[in-house]
Amino acid sequence: MALKRIIARLDIKQERLIKGMHLEGWRFLQDPPQKFCAEYYRQGVDEIIYVDVVASLYGREKLTEIVKQTTDHVFVPITAGGGVRSLDDATDLLRSGADKVAVCTGAIKEPQLITEISRRYGAQCCVVSIQAKKNGNQWDAYYDIGRENSGRSVLDWALEAVALGAGEILLTSIDREGTRKGFDLDLIEQISSRVQVPVIASGGLGTPGHAAQAFQAGADAVAVAYALHYGLCSVGDIKEYCRNAGIPLR
Amino acid sequence: MAQKIGIIDYGLSNLLSIYRAMKHVGAETTVVSDPSEIENLDKVVLPGVGAFPDGMKLLKQRGMIEPLRLHAAQGKPFLGICLGMQMMLGTGFEMEETQGLNLIPGKVIPLPAIDSSGVASRIPHVGWEFIREPRPGAWYNTPLAGNAGHQPYYFVHSYFAMPDNPDHVWAEADFGTLSFAAAVRNGVIFGTQFHPEKSGEQGLELLHQFVQQ
Repeated sequence: MALKRIIARLDIKQERLIKGMHLEGWRFLQDPPQKFCAEYYRQGVDEIIYVDVVASLYGREKLTEIVKQTTDHVFVPITAGGGVRSLDDATDLLRSGADKVAVCTGAIKEPQLITEISRRYGAQCCVVSIQAKKNGNQWDAYYDIGRENSGRSVLDWALEAVALGAGEILLTSIDREGTRKGFDLDLIEQISSRVQVPVIASGGLGTPGHAAQAFQAGADAVAVAYALHYGLCSVGDIKEYCRNAGIPLR
Repeated sequence: MAQKIGIIDYGLSNLLSIYRAMKHVGAETTVVSDPSEIENLDKVVLPGVGAFPDGMKLLKQRGMIEPLRLHAAQGKPFLGICLGMQMMLGTGFEMEETQGLNLIPGKVIPLPAIDSSGVASRIPHVGWEFIREPRPGAWYNTPLAGNAGHQPYYFVHSYFAMPDNPDHVWAEADFGTLSFAAAVRNGVIFGTQFHPEKSGEQGLELLHQFVQQ
């Protein structure tokens, strides 16, 4: 059984680190993202996720450059995504030093993209990012940074993505993202109990205890943004809490 | 004279990550894509991400199989990582049966989707795992000497190596109820299923030891 992972998630706009709420209202943080990454690596983070929220508008040069600079001093796996619409886009990110590529909008519009990336680079390279928002009793899969509703349930889409070759699901709750109110545990439970690939829970961590709840609900990894970027807690604090709760971590 | 360490470039790997990790531990490394350069190397690092048949096909196309085998036969240190390690075995069974470099006799087979206790496991196997010394002294004087099993390494794989000779198992890890070869070794020929270049400080230490020893 693989150890549970604590992942730092960095949303990027051009060369800057940003943080929003409900995938909106982005604010810039002062220091360059590479500097945040170096600090999280020092704190013992297990993985890094970069999401370029404007890549589809401006291209990926800024993100590939950030990834390149990060791999110079950060020796844990790096996932990069944002605006990946083709196998070539994925190749660009992997060549710049990313270990995995996250696809969202591109995969919803052209599901075969998942299969192409997975066949070419292996399922472990292909992370399907799903932005979930609760409407009534079910969660719908959104895209375009949470702006568009695909009209599909998150569970259906997750199952199809895995069948197409996704090696991991990055499951972001739009409702909780940036709120620090804790993860959407029902969502995590529903998806992780049904898919045969690791699920990364994203959106809502405000305290170390929230991570433990997500793991207990079935998450294989948690992605943390706000709490780390604004120093509410460190990677070490989260790990210590989870270890004390009996969760196996690095 | 400084030793020459080469990272083999055959078009299927995360070269940049390995290169930077080697640089970080103070090793002068060159990326080698010309097979005739292999004979001048003191140590070889064979990385790899992808499928076994693709990897062997590319090594063959680039004329690298014989120089790599010769390097190992001369008793020079060799480090295979992930697919690079798997290709050190005799035969691969990913998609189709494929001959490997056969530096370590044995085979590479799929991780079981359902383990011996009937529990379904998630494949690919992705994440951090602790490793064990398969028998006392197996890590003595090797690049794993510093670990003593206290730290996990990062794994990403769907297949695993099964050496014919159990003495060639250098480290073990668990996948469900299966204990598999997390690393293999035949003299100074080393291979890790995990990614030392992605395993934080612990992984860098292994590379450092490989460079120093």
